[in-house]
Amino acid sequence: MPLQAIAFYLLAFVTLASGLLVVSAKNPVHSVLFLITAFFSAAGLFVLLGAEFLAMLLVVVYVGAVAVLFLFVVMMLDVDFAELRQGFTQYLPYGGAVGVVIAVEMVMVIAAVASNGAAAKHALPNASPGGASNTEALGRVLYTDYVFFFQLAGLVLLVAMIGAIVLTLRHKPGVKRQDIGKQVARTPKTGMQLVQIKPGEGISE
Amino acid sequence: MDQTNPLLWFGLTTGGVLLVVIWVLLSLAFLLLADRKIWAGVQMRKGPNVVGPFGLLQSFADFFKFVLKEIVIPAGADKVVFILAPLISLVLGFVGWAVVPFAPGWVVSNLNVGILYLLAMSSLGVYGIIMGGWASNSKYPFLGALRSAAQMVSYEVSIGLIIITVILLAGSMNLSTIVEKQNGWFWNWNVFGGAGLKNLILLPVMVVAMGMFYISGLAETNRPPFDLPEAESELVAGYQVEYSSTPYLLFMVAEYSNIVLMCAMISVLFFGGWNLGLPIDLVAMWGWWGKLALALVFYAKIVFWFFMFAMAKAIVPRYRYDQLMRLGWKVFLPTSLVLVAAVAAWRVFGPGA
Repeated sequence: MPLQAIAFYLLAFVTLASGLLVVSAKNPVHSVLFLITAFFSAAGLFVLLGAEFLAMLLVVVYVGAVAVLFLFVVMMLDVDFAELRQGFTQYLPYGGAVGVVIAVEMVMVIAAVASNGAAAKHALPNASPGGASNTEALGRVLYTDYVFFFQLAGLVLLVAMIGAIVLTLRHKPGVKRQDIGKQVARTPKTGMQLVQIKPGEGISE
Repeated sequence: MDQTNPLLWFGLTTGGVLLVVIWVLLSLAFLLLADRKIWAGVQMRKGPNVVGPFGLLQSFADFFKFVLKEIVIPAGADKVVFILAPLISLVLGFVGWAVVPFAPGWVVSNLNVGILYLLAMSSLGVYGIIMGGWASNSKYPFLGALRSAAQMVSYEVSIGLIIITVILLAGSMNLSTIVEKQNGWFWNWNVFGGAGLKNLILLPVMVVAMGMFYISGLAETNRPPFDLPEAESELVAGYQVEYSSTPYLLFMVAEYSNIVLMCAMISVLFFGGWNLGLPIDLVAMWGWWGKLALALVFYAKIVFWFFMFAMAKAIVPRYRYDQLMRLGWKVFLPTSLVLVAAVAAWRVFGPGA
C-alpha cells in the first residue's frame, strides 16, 4: 500500500525529528512539546502496525495525562539556562559513551533481524490473533495467563500512590475547612437566633 | 469502504471528512445563536435579533467581524506556540467527529476502538489551552492554563470510568456497534440498562452514570459552571486574554465543537445514537432517505443535549476551584468506580450473562 508507506515514513520522520529536538531545544517547554509530538507520532506508528488499542492507550495515558503534568511542572520551573549549560563539556564524554553503546547495540539488533538471525526465525507477532481484535487479545492474556502479575503491578502502583500521599499529607491545626454536608443540613433554626431587645437597654454579651 | 484502490479510498475519505467538517461548522453557527437565545430567554431578554430574520445570521456577522480584525501578538509572547495553540485546539476539536456514527454506515472511520479514540482526543484538548496560556507570557492566561490542566485531567478519570460501564454493557469499543446494540424499543438504550427489559434493574446505575457523564462533560469542555480556565470575573478571560481576531475565533469554534461532540457522545453512549426508540426499520422502508431520517433523529438528540448544556450555563453559578477538585476526586471517582463494579457484577452474575 503506497498510502501506508507514505504514512509510515512521515510518522517515522516526525518521531525521529521531534526526538532529536527534545534534547536539542533550548527552551524546556519546547522540549516537552516536542516530546508530546514524538509520543503522538509513535501512537500513529502503532496504528499502522494494527495495534490500535496500544496506540489509543499511549495517547490517553502518556500524552493526555503524564505529559500534561510534565508540562505543568516544567512551565512553573524557573530555569537558569547559563547554569544548565555549565556542566555540558564535563559530562559530554560520559553521555557520548552511553550514546555510542546504545547505537552499537541497536545496529547489532537490526543486523541480526535483517540477516535472518535468531529473532527473525519466529513468526511475526500478530496484532489480532485468531481473528479477535487486539483489545480482546490483550484482555485475554492479561486477565488469564498474567492475572497475578497484572494485579501485582496494580498493587505496586497503589503502594506508590499511598506513599506519595503519606509523604506530603500534613494536618495543619487551625485551617478552616468546608463541610458541605454541614452547610446543606443548616436550617434557619440552627443558623440564626431571634433576640428580643428592649429599647434603651441593648443586649449584654 | 473500498480499500483496493488507494486513490479512490483517499478521495472518498477526504470527501467524507469535508462533508462532516462543513456540517459541523454550519451547525455550530446556528447552535451558537441558539445558545445565546436560550440564555436570553432565561434572563427575559430578546438575544441577538438584528442580523437577518430572528438574528439567524448573527453568527456569520460575528465571523466576519473576527476575521477582518487585526491579529495582535504580544511582544513578550512565544510567537510560534502562541499561533500554534488555537490551531491545535481547532484541529483537536474536529478530529473527534471522525468516529461518530451519524446513521447506519455513515461514519468517516469505523474504528475498532472508537470510544477510546474519542477519549484520547478530548484529553488532548487541554494542550491548546495550556500552550495558549503559557505562550501569552502574561499572568492571567497562565493561571487559566494551570487551572485547565488540573481540571481536565481530573474529570477525564471519571469520564473514562463511566465509559467503561457503557463498554461493559455493549461488549464493544466500536461506536457503531454500541449504537446498533441499542436498536429497537427505547428501553434498549444504555441509560435504561441496555439490551431489553431484563436489564432494567440497571436503570438507577446507568441514570447516575449518565448524569455524572453530563456533569463531567461540562467540566471537560470548560463550560459553566466549570469555566474556571476563563472565569471572566476572576481571570478576565483566562487563557484567551491575549488573543484577538482569528486566533480567538479558532479557540471559540474549537470550544463549541468540543461541546457539541460531548452532546453527540452522550447521545451515542446513553441514548441510542441514531436509534428512534421504536422497533421500526426506517432504512429497510425508505433506503437512503431512511438513513437521512435516522441522522436527523441523532441530530435532534444532539440539539436536546446542547439545550441542556445551555441551560446549565444560564442557571448554575460557577464552582469554586477547591469544590471542583473535591467533586471530581472525592465524589465522582469513587461513585463511578462503584458503578463499574455494579455493572460488571450484573454482566457476570446477572441473567444476561
